Amino acid sequence: MTTKSQALLNWVDERFPLTSTWKAHLSEYYAPKNFNFWYFFGSLALMVLVIQIVTGIFLVMHYKPDASLNASGVPVAFAAVEYIMRDVPGGWLIRYMHSTGASAFFVVVYLHMFRGMLYGSYRKPRELIWLFGVGIFLALMAEAFMGYLLPWGQMSFWGAQVIVNLFSAIPVIGPDLALVIRGDFVVSDATLNRFFSFHVIAVPLVLIGLVLAHIVALHEVGSNNPDGVEIKKKKDANGIPLDGIPFHPYYTVKDIVGVVGFLFVFSAVLFFAPEGGGYFLEYNNFLPADPLVTPPHIAPVWYFTPFYSLLRAVTYPLFGLDAKFWGVIAMGAGVVIFAFLPWLDRSPVKSIRYKGPIFKTALVLFVIIFFILGYLGVQPPDNGGIKDRTTQICSVLYFAFFLLMPFYSKMDKCKAEPERVTS
Amino acid sequence: MSVEEKMDSGRRQLLLATSVAGGAAAAATAVPFVASLTPSERAKAAGAPVEADVSKLAPGEMMTVEWQGKPVWILRRTEEMLATLDKLDDQLADPASDKSVQPEYAKNKARSIKPEFLVTIGICTHLGCSPSQKFKIGAESGLGDAWPGGFLCPCHGSTFDLAARVYAGKPAPTNLDIPPHKYLADTKILIGEDGTA
Repeated sequence: MTTKSQALLNWVDERFPLTSTWKAHLSEYYAPKNFNFWYFFGSLALMVLVIQIVTGIFLVMHYKPDASLNASGVPVAFAAVEYIMRDVPGGWLIRYMHSTGASAFFVVVYLHMFRGMLYGSYRKPRELIWLFGVGIFLALMAEAFMGYLLPWGQMSFWGAQVIVNLFSAIPVIGPDLALVIRGDFVVSDATLNRFFSFHVIAVPLVLIGLVLAHIVALHEVGSNNPDGVEIKKKKDANGIPLDGIPFHPYYTVKDIVGVVGFLFVFSAVLFFAPEGGGYFLEYNNFLPADPLVTPPHIAPVWYFTPFYSLLRAVTYPLFGLDAKFWGVIAMGAGVVIFAFLPWLDRSPVKSIRYKGPIFKTALVLFVIIFFILGYLGVQPPDNGGIKDRTTQICSVLYFAFFLLMPFYSKMDKCKAEPERVTS
Repeated sequence: MSVEEKMDSGRRQLLLATSVAGGAAAAATAVPFVASLTPSERAKAAGAPVEADVSKLAPGEMMTVEWQGKPVWILRRTEEMLATLDKLDDQLADPASDKSVQPEYAKNKARSIKPEFLVTIGICTHLGCSPSQKFKIGAESGLGDAWPGGFLCPCHGSTFDLAARVYAGKPAPTNLDIPPHKYLADTKILIGEDGTA
């Protein structure tokens, strides 16, 4: 480096921790050397977040959150999305990036969470990283849900109607709470405008804050790895973990490979199947919102369907409270229960590589059940028939995976962890 | 000498009092923000009653009018339709409408002022979808051979009979709401006002 640029850097460093931050988080942040395929999804989630923010900024320039009807009798918000798709140069691409990005976000985040479950990344000392992560997941669900109202199509309207009504199932405060969320007695222009505000400002701010906390907590304790052993236990004379390599350049380069692979798939969907077969953009949403007619078959977007199935599974009242209320509780609990994983898993080892047959079986079953619930969530209910019964059985197994974990993870026959990471 | 002994308790109390006052001010500032989330005056005023002319409605047909942004159904029931209502009590969650919302004058088996016309809010009491018409009876309806005709909510599968009463074992907790309404003339119904309030 020339002395002039070095002098400039020194000038900055005396006033702002530039070099030290670079070192702490990149060039001298030591990550385990044995990261595999599953470790792509954290950095990919960060990239999708950037895609969503950038495309979102440009969409807001053309979109109008207005439920009133224009001169042709079409809601202004619905017409604004059509305008972006047809008349704004490049608008269709930016909008498809944003809508495909939403689904991609959940694909990546689900895989990222599954990685955590595979290798016990939620275990001590990484409980807070996991909790911030669950917070990110919750914020992401809120963000996706409120964004889905904005095109003001039939699915937007009725999806919001159903989800807001979930809150009215809460005893005592429920009906007033739903009123405050909607800002009206029905889903209306007031609802559209506040969801727009939350979608573009409030939730993204929370999301970015949580992502920062997630990364800061991660860099404080260090990354887990596929073997689930702590690399900080074995250090060289300089205090550098023997099995650690600097994040930059080793993992920045590796992650770029992941980004390229991801963008291949992402672009393929974006250009050839942006509607995702009706799962990314539902066909009924190409009709403007009609408060008088519910589409014959309404289902949430694919990423909510496992939890939607949990909601539908409860059809019996309990303790004098409606089935509706318990359905809501089941759905909420289905999401929040992930937060308890660090304390539910009593296994002596972290990684699936050294866990015993019971845990491995339980995890495989859980994944299968998650997929079945997801599939059933897009199916119409069949009035106590085979689908509804399957939903109920799978819902019980879903919770059993978590609630029985303290027992089966403890009695499982685990292998001994190695001293240092393998391969 | 420890910090404790050096502490000026007068100043500490002043500090506490200031913090409490500041906290109260901050909490009070939240009031207008929360209040702004509740329905505006305009939204509250938008509930005006609507008139429906049912003279052109054929027996067995249903029409929908919008009241307070919600669909209100008016179903003109045939004799056969009304006859189905008698046989269902043991299959319904609330056959006598004790837990359901309706004006006193509609708290009867047909849930209406005149049995011929059912006036009901077409919003499922589960999560607010609008149920669809399933007036065909038996297997043709897709709801089993014994289906006597009624409504099916597409969202979570709640079913209702032709008096908008919910079947037992379904997610919807109560029958569909009956709005306040009255007859202005033989075939003219005013929805949203019944002269009692």
